[in-house]
Amino acid sequence: MLEIKNLHASVADVEDSEILKGIDLNVKPGEVHAIMGPNGSGKSTLANVLMGRPDYEVTDGDVLFEGESIIEMAPDQRAHLGMFLAFQYPAEIPGVRPWQFLKAALDAKAEARGEQKMSVRNFSKLFDEKVEAVGINPQLVKRSLNDGFSGGEKKRNEMLQLEVLQPALAVLDETDSGLDVDALRIVAEGVNSMRSPERSFIVVTHYQRLLNYITPDVVHILVKGKIVKTGGPDLALEVEKEGYREYLEAAGVSN
Amino acid sequence: MTTQKTISRETDLSGQEYQWGFVTDVETELAPKGLNEDIVRLISEKKGEPEWLLEWRLKAFKHWESLNESEGEPGWAMIDYPGIDFQDIYYYAAPKGAEEAPKSLDDVDPEMLETFEKLGIPLQERAKLAGVAVDAVFDSVSVATTMEDKLAELGIIFCSFNEAVKKHPELVKKYLGSVVPHTDNFYAALNSAVFSDGSFAYIPPGVKCPIELMTYFRINTEGSGQFERTLIVADKGAYVSYLEGCTAPFRKSHQLHAAVVELVALDDSEIKYSTIQNWFPGTKEGEGGVYNFVTKRGRADKNAKISWTQVETGSAITWKYPSVILRGDNSVGEFFSVALANNHQQADTGTKMIHIGKNTKSTIVSKGISAGQGNNTYRGQVQIMPGAENATNHTQCDSLLVGDKCGAHTVPYIEVRNPTARLEHEASTSKVSDDQLFYLMARGLSEEEAHHMIITGWSRDVIKELPFEFAVEAAQLLKVSLEGAVG
Repeated sequence: MLEIKNLHASVADVEDSEILKGIDLNVKPGEVHAIMGPNGSGKSTLANVLMGRPDYEVTDGDVLFEGESIIEMAPDQRAHLGMFLAFQYPAEIPGVRPWQFLKAALDAKAEARGEQKMSVRNFSKLFDEKVEAVGINPQLVKRSLNDGFSGGEKKRNEMLQLEVLQPALAVLDETDSGLDVDALRIVAEGVNSMRSPERSFIVVTHYQRLLNYITPDVVHILVKGKIVKTGGPDLALEVEKEGYREYLEAAGVSN
Repeated sequence: MTTQKTISRETDLSGQEYQWGFVTDVETELAPKGLNEDIVRLISEKKGEPEWLLEWRLKAFKHWESLNESEGEPGWAMIDYPGIDFQDIYYYAAPKGAEEAPKSLDDVDPEMLETFEKLGIPLQERAKLAGVAVDAVFDSVSVATTMEDKLAELGIIFCSFNEAVKKHPELVKKYLGSVVPHTDNFYAALNSAVFSDGSFAYIPPGVKCPIELMTYFRINTEGSGQFERTLIVADKGAYVSYLEGCTAPFRKSHQLHAAVVELVALDDSEIKYSTIQNWFPGTKEGEGGVYNFVTKRGRADKNAKISWTQVETGSAITWKYPSVILRGDNSVGEFFSVALANNHQQADTGTKMIHIGKNTKSTIVSKGISAGQGNNTYRGQVQIMPGAENATNHTQCDSLLVGDKCGAHTVPYIEVRNPTARLEHEASTSKVSDDQLFYLMARGLSEEEAHHMIITGWSRDVIKELPFEFAVEAAQLLKVSLEGAVG
C-alpha cells in the first residue's frame, strides 16, 4: 500500500532545517501502524509530508503509494489516489458548508478517476447517514466548515470526512498532547469502524492513550527524524511506562 | 421554482478569461465625437424628445461645462488614471435603423438577438428566461423589452427610458432628477446632459411585481461612452426586485460608462436592486477596460425599504456608491457588496446612508477582494441628521488579500448629529491562508477550486442576498475573474 524509502525532508526554503532524516516504512493493506515519539521528533512533519504539504521539501528518498511515486504530486492528486490526512488542527473556512465542501471533494475525486459523479440525491442520503453515524450535531454541518467548532466537533467533522471519502490510506495526525478523552474516543471510533482488509491507517500520536482504543498492528518509535525501534502493540505500553528517555539517549539527545 | 434556469447557462465560464469580449458586427450610426450643445440637441432630436426634456438636458450640460472648466473630474477617490478626454468620445452610438423603437422582436436585427443570446439573455419568445422580464440595452439604445404586455395587466410599467418619456411623460417629469439632481456631481451632470437610454419601471400602489425585472447593458462600439439612465418608482405599498447585468467587448482603449440610477420608494414600499457588474476589466497588463463612474441613489419614504446588492467584478475603474436617503420614519436601507480588483483593476466603492427620519435603520456589508496588483477601497458615509431619533446603523467591512502586490483600504465617514443614534462599525482584513488551501487540497480540490471555495465562502453573506440565478452567476464570475491570480 505505502512504501517509504529513506525519506529525508526539510522545511521548504530554509537551509539546514532537515527534520526527517531517512525514514523507511512499509504499510500493507489492512494494517494499522502507530508512530510514536517525543515532542520534536518529526511525527507531525511525517504526516504532513505524506500528504504533500508545501511547507516541506523532500530532499532525498521516495514515497510509493500502490507502487507509484507520489513525492512530485500535489496534495489533491494524492487525495484522488485514495490518501487522506486527518488534521490535528483543521482549518476554519467561513461561509463554506461541510455539505458543499464534501460534495466538491467527492466530485473532484470522481472526475480525476474518470468515475461517475454521485448524484445530489444520493450524496445527500450518504451525508445524512454518515452525520448520524459519526454523531455530529446536524445543526453544525449547516454552518461554516470548522468555524467556531469545539475541539471535539472538529474531530467529529474529520471523521465524517473520512467516512464519506472512504480513502484507501488514512494518516491521522493526533500529536497534540492536549487531546481530551472524548476526542480520543471519537477518533478511535472512526478508525475502528473503518478498519478493513483493504484499508490502512497510520496513526501519529504522542501518548499511548489513543492506542488504548485502537489496537495497532505495528508500532514505530520516531526520534530525531529516524525510526529507532519497531515492534508490536506491546511496544506502545512499554513506552507509556518507561518514556522516551532510552531512545533519546541512544540518539544522543539529553531529555 | 420557475427561475431555475440560470442566466449564464449559455456561457461556458471555464477556460477563457473574459469571454464576453466579442464584438457584434452591426452598422452603427454615430454622432461626431466630442461634446457640445449641438450634440446634446442632436441626441434629444434623435430620440424625438419633448421640449422640456431638451431644456433639462441643456441645463445639465451648462452645469457640467462649468464644472469641467472650474474643477474638472472629482479627484478624491483612491484611483489613478490619466484623465479622460471628453472630446474624444462618441456620445451617441446606435445600431442603424434603431431610432424607431422596434414594434416587435421581428423588427430587431438578428445580429442583435444573437448577441444577447450569446450573452445568455435570449429575447425571443420561445427561449425567454422564465420569471424574468428583460430590457436589453445595446450601446445607446434599448433593443427589446420582454414581457411588457404581461406586466401591463398588473399596471406595471417596464420599458426603455425613451419609451417612458413618450408614453408616461407625467411620471418621468415628476421623478427624473428628483433623487439625483443634475447638480449632484460631475458625472451625474454629464449623464443628465447626454444620457442615451436605460430602463424605466413603475409599480402601482399595493402591487407586488411577481417576476424579476432585468436590464442587460452591453457596450459595443469602440470609443463610445455609455450613459444610461434608470428610474424605478415603487408606489405606496409596492414591491419590486430589479436586476442589472453588464458586459463589454475586449478593447485596448478605455470606454467610459457614466450611469445614473434613481430609486423612488414611496411609503410602505420595497425595492430590491441587484447588480452584477462585469464590464471589461482591461488586460492583465492593464490596457483598456471600462471606466465606470456611476451615481446610484434611492429615496426611502415612510416604512419603505431599499436594498442594494452588488457584485462588482469588472471595469478597470469602479467609482460607485449606491446610497439611500432614509427620509421617511422607520425606513430601512441596506447595502451588500462584493467588489473584486484583480490585475490592474481599481475599485473605489461603498455607500452613503443618510438618516433623516425617526427609527431609520441601515445595514452595510462590504466585502473587498484584492488580487494581483488590484487596489480596493471601501468608502462609506453614515450620516445621522438631528431629527433622526433612534437611528441605527451596522457596518461591516471586510477585506481579503490574495497575493502580496495588492492593496485594501477602508475609508468610513461617520457623522452623528443625534445622541440617540446607535452605530456599530466592524472591519477586518484577512488573507487566504496556506492552512486553508492545504486543507481543501488534501481533500481533493485543485488549488484553483480551493481558492474559489474560500473566496465565495467569504463572500457568502453578500451573495446570498442575490436572487437565485444571479447568485449562481456571481459565484462563477468570481471564479473566472480570479483566474491567473492564484498559484
